[in-house]
Amino acid sequence: MPYVVERKPLTLSERLYFPQILAGMRVTLKHLFAPNVTMEYPEQRPAIPAGYRGVPTLVKDPHGREKCVSCQLCEFVCPPKAIRITPGEVPADQTDRAHVEKAPKEFDIDMLRCIYCGLCQEVCPEEAIFLQNQYSMTGYTRAEMVNDKARLYELGGTLPDQHFKWDKKKAAAGHGNAH
Amino acid sequence: MTELWNSLPPLLQAVIKGLAVIGVMFPFGGACSLIERKVSAAMQGRPGPNRAIPFWFAWVPGVGPFLQRLGVFHLLADGGKMFFKEDPVPGHVNKFYFYLAPVVGMIPALTTVTVVPFGAYLDEAGRLVPLVLANLDVGILAVFAVSSLGVYSLILAGWSSNSKYPFLGGIRASAQLISYELSMTLSVLPVFLMINAPGTEGTLSLFRVVEFQSGTWQGFRMASWHGTWFIMTMPLAALVFLVALFAETNRLPFDMAEGEADLVGGFHTEYGAMKWGLFFVAEYSHMLIGSGVFVLLFLGGWNPLPWVPLASVAGELHQLTGWAIAVSPLFVGLLSIGIFLGKTLFFIFLFMWVRWTVPRFRYDQVMKLGWQKLLPLALGNLIFYAILIAFLQPKFSH
Repeated sequence: MPYVVERKPLTLSERLYFPQILAGMRVTLKHLFAPNVTMEYPEQRPAIPAGYRGVPTLVKDPHGREKCVSCQLCEFVCPPKAIRITPGEVPADQTDRAHVEKAPKEFDIDMLRCIYCGLCQEVCPEEAIFLQNQYSMTGYTRAEMVNDKARLYELGGTLPDQHFKWDKKKAAAGHGNAH
Repeated sequence: MTELWNSLPPLLQAVIKGLAVIGVMFPFGGACSLIERKVSAAMQGRPGPNRAIPFWFAWVPGVGPFLQRLGVFHLLADGGKMFFKEDPVPGHVNKFYFYLAPVVGMIPALTTVTVVPFGAYLDEAGRLVPLVLANLDVGILAVFAVSSLGVYSLILAGWSSNSKYPFLGGIRASAQLISYELSMTLSVLPVFLMINAPGTEGTLSLFRVVEFQSGTWQGFRMASWHGTWFIMTMPLAALVFLVALFAETNRLPFDMAEGEADLVGGFHTEYGAMKWGLFFVAEYSHMLIGSGVFVLLFLGGWNPLPWVPLASVAGELHQLTGWAIAVSPLFVGLLSIGIFLGKTLFFIFLFMWVRWTVPRFRYDQVMKLGWQKLLPLALGNLIFYAILIAFLQPKFSH
């Protein structure tokens, strides 16, 4: 439905122009003495809101155990194919996790490809991968921009766990109910 | 001191004066660019340049970090960068005029400053002597004549760049300058009608204009007229002059020649490094000189307040404190330079203030404003004051 915008004729002060300029100068003068709205970045850091999607990281459970079971769902769902997982066995020294069977031998996320979409976190059945609040990734080489497994755990740290899924499975198996 | 100076050959004197002008105007131009960045930052709620610091200054407690916050070292860093960075010359330009343009821009900018008095001192006889490199009797004419040459630099730059946007910028600059030069010249005529009373020696000297504004309060009589500044008696002329000044110096809202939104960078699109820097030093020099001339013509020059001339301030100070230094040429000279520079710097700030407030005019608006508004205003103003002065001048001549 076309309509006509009504153009009001200019008032006298608008036609004289100077009152309008002076009004504008009053505004800018007020801003001249107003405090800065910017943040001096490297020294001051912004507060990161909850739910922020920063760099994807791998997390450990509260007992310090690896959560990823190397199912590779994140690798398959990753739209830019930034994740590359080499599956492997659970190391022999982790006796309490022997029943988990699989763990990633290598886990690389190429941050030059990552688009921070969060689908890996969405898809992970083990709640092992999280986009946390680190927002600044820099490096001098392409190799530096690939986060390997050690780096991912270093970035991720430990997050609280609601389920302890594999402990429950082990307890259930002890009572004769493997599934 | 003066004997030594007078004993020097005139050529050497001229060289020293010339070097002094360059030594003063260049740093001032650079400092203005820094002030511009700081003022614009403050108006936009940013801190502005505050990072650069030479490491040995970082060791000085208090002062070093303070200067760093002020951004002083960015000025040096910018200047150093301009001097030492690669200076590319595009293959398609007319080399001779391309090199000539920034030089042609600098020459009028540095030449006009010689005829602008920037202070005054009292000699032994108690007379006011202007501090000026060349005290020409045609003062204002010299300023107008030489400073208008500055537009050649923009035209040359725009034309020799051999590329469409600089060309448009150069054309706009010339059209704009011609349009506003008229109103500018017409707006100062009433001032000179006023100071040239019939029967006295005619003059166009800027020093005489300030002298005319240096009267004391004589009660509510015509004699008090001399103490007022011309901005009080001729506000419209001052306004027209100021608007024309903005246009002449290519400052927003009249920076048609640059117009980075529609013309990339306008006339200096193809320039880089120090050649580009020279355009900017020239622009800031024009601003400084324009502001200085405005202060001299309409704001009483180096007089601190209306009806409070410089000489009486020095005299009062001498009587109050008894210090002989209060009337010494050095003290009065420095005081007058301080007052004059203070007023001029306020105008520099005004230029920046307006720049960061008002958006750029459209080209047709600039032309309309110049020819249809300012020119009739300036003409009407001239006629009004010519008639007024013809009737009143016999009454308030001494």
